[in-house]
Amino acid sequence: MSLKDKLLSSFIAFEDYLEDDSPIHDVRNEAIKHFEEKGFPTKKEEAWKYTSLRTLLKEDYSLTPYKESVVEFKDVKKYFLHEVDTYKVVFVDGVYSSFLSQTTHDKLDVCLLSAAFSKDKYKSVIETYFNKVAKSESLTSLNTAFAKEGAYIFVPNHVESDKPIEIINFSTGNEAAAMLQPRNLIVVGENAHVQIIERHQSLSGNAVLTNAVTEIFAEKRAHLDYYKIQNDQHTASLLDHTYIHQERDSICKVHTFSFGGKLTRNNLNFYQNGEHCDSVLKGITILEDNQHVDHNTLVHHISPNCESHQDYKGIFDDKSTGVFNGKVLVEKEAQKIDAFQQNNNILISDKATINAKPQLEIFADDVKCSHGCTIGQLDEDAMFYLRSRGIGKKEARALLMYAFANNVLESVKIPELKKRINKLIANKIGVSLGFDL
Amino acid sequence: MLKIKNLRAGVEDKDILNGIDLHVSPGEVHAIMGPNGSGKSTLAAVVAGKEEFEVTEGEVLLDGEDISELDPEERAHKGVFLSFQYPVEIPGVTVTNFIKTAINETRKAQGMEDMPAGEMLKKIKEKADLLEIDRKFLSRSLNEGFSGGEKKRNEIFQLAMMEPKLAILDETDSGLDIDALKVVANGVNKLKSDDNAVIVITHYQRLLDYIVPDYVHVLMDGKIVKSGPKELAYELEKRGYDWIKEELV
Repeated sequence: MSLKDKLLSSFIAFEDYLEDDSPIHDVRNEAIKHFEEKGFPTKKEEAWKYTSLRTLLKEDYSLTPYKESVVEFKDVKKYFLHEVDTYKVVFVDGVYSSFLSQTTHDKLDVCLLSAAFSKDKYKSVIETYFNKVAKSESLTSLNTAFAKEGAYIFVPNHVESDKPIEIINFSTGNEAAAMLQPRNLIVVGENAHVQIIERHQSLSGNAVLTNAVTEIFAEKRAHLDYYKIQNDQHTASLLDHTYIHQERDSICKVHTFSFGGKLTRNNLNFYQNGEHCDSVLKGITILEDNQHVDHNTLVHHISPNCESHQDYKGIFDDKSTGVFNGKVLVEKEAQKIDAFQQNNNILISDKATINAKPQLEIFADDVKCSHGCTIGQLDEDAMFYLRSRGIGKKEARALLMYAFANNVLESVKIPELKKRINKLIANKIGVSLGFDL
Repeated sequence: MLKIKNLRAGVEDKDILNGIDLHVSPGEVHAIMGPNGSGKSTLAAVVAGKEEFEVTEGEVLLDGEDISELDPEERAHKGVFLSFQYPVEIPGVTVTNFIKTAINETRKAQGMEDMPAGEMLKKIKEKADLLEIDRKFLSRSLNEGFSGGEKKRNEIFQLAMMEPKLAILDETDSGLDIDALKVVANGVNKLKSDDNAVIVITHYQRLLDYIVPDYVHVLMDGKIVKSGPKELAYELEKRGYDWIKEELV
């Protein structure tokens, strides 16, 4: 049975298992119909030209429900930002782990989507926000159909979260191959501030396929900093869909650090629905072996006087492949916007590939849009300069790669996280440099 | 210390150095002058080990050992230092962290432990003072957004920190105003000893008022065509290079 058929037949059982009065019953049914119609995306679609899911879809994944697994904190501590106090919403094989989590209902809600679905007091929030910014796209619909568990974060107006929030999805490898579909809903109220760190982590060498959807709503003057740490096992793949709805004067920044995983697809979509929005998309991708990362970004400028800044750096070694498809869509009404896009890549090996495709569609006539894209090797003159100072070839290369990626790190606001990413970069490059990271 | 014998080098099909002979003894300052395109910077880069240039003939001996096949970092470990005409910008790596890395990598190659942090700081402070470098400058990204003069001063700061046997200054005077030139020259003179040597590559006699050479060599078409005492530099300043060409004919 194909994975699609397996999913379709398991949906019937899944719906039966849920309570009948589930508020999103209709939404789920609509979604599965859409997925049935569209199926998994193929390379024939323009947006998937350079990323093939064929091999991934051949695995015999176990779907829901999962056996409950016990994970000791000491075994997974390193995946948390344990140097600082954080709220934590942790899932093990798709099931909420109250033991590893630290939630709150104090000034803000940091809890579970399943709880939000089932409790009356969240009903209006779910009705207002759930599946409202997510688009009808086959993988998103598939996630919506099975949407059951994930993080639910609600930051009320004028509240500044006192600590960062970590959302971590562990998979234990209890099954030979597992498919996970986490669904997160995040609402940042007017003038509210929040920092979120998201991570998917496999704890074994078994195959994992995660099809994740995160919906984010940033109300007027809201500030959101979102960090995606993608440093998973080489047997884990991630199809991520993040949708951000921005109201006027809001600032939303998403940093994506892609170092691990087998195949990663980042669909990152921003919709600016009010004036003076600022959207920031930054990424560092460092790949080796046969790894594949596809950044597919969209900034939809709907309103005037807004800004967007995209800056993605990629370093590709061995036979790794990267894709950058950055779309900036400026509507006729979106006058006086400033959209900037930058994508720089370094190919270390002759066999590494990057497909970079900036796409600018501009219907307004008074805007500032710029984009730049480079693909190159490390600068020979810079190498000679460093080596002539006694720095060996390997270290010199590392130093230059570090320098190359560095400006993306400057905007990381949590110092401990910045240090952590710095170390990950140094490890990934394979040298420990003699300076403070 | 440095003996260059019949050195020929170039890129692909183009010969740039056509048989250079040069002997530099400890304690000496040599100036190399010559018109544009005569091969001055190439000579500096070839001695420092830039791989872009292929050595087709001859030897470069440092204390009797042929270094012409060594990697640039190995030459640095043996005490060769090149002050660049166009230093490279390295964003994200501070001047301090860069020099620490350079010194400790060199020490590692020499079988020594890392320099203790306290000693490193003291040395950085001492050399920064010598070159009148502001402490804030040291925490800036290497050469990023530096003015021409700041870049050159930073090169000499690195020279002071690394204490090489042989320092090659490639057009260190370009981009410096007279005050900065004096500071840089004074720094070089203070670092000068009976055990090390300096090769100054320059277009103008101006720098040589402050770093006084023992010998002046004229490089033309990849060959040293004339050598003499420091007075030769004055003559070149006054008369240009054409008279040497005529002399050769």
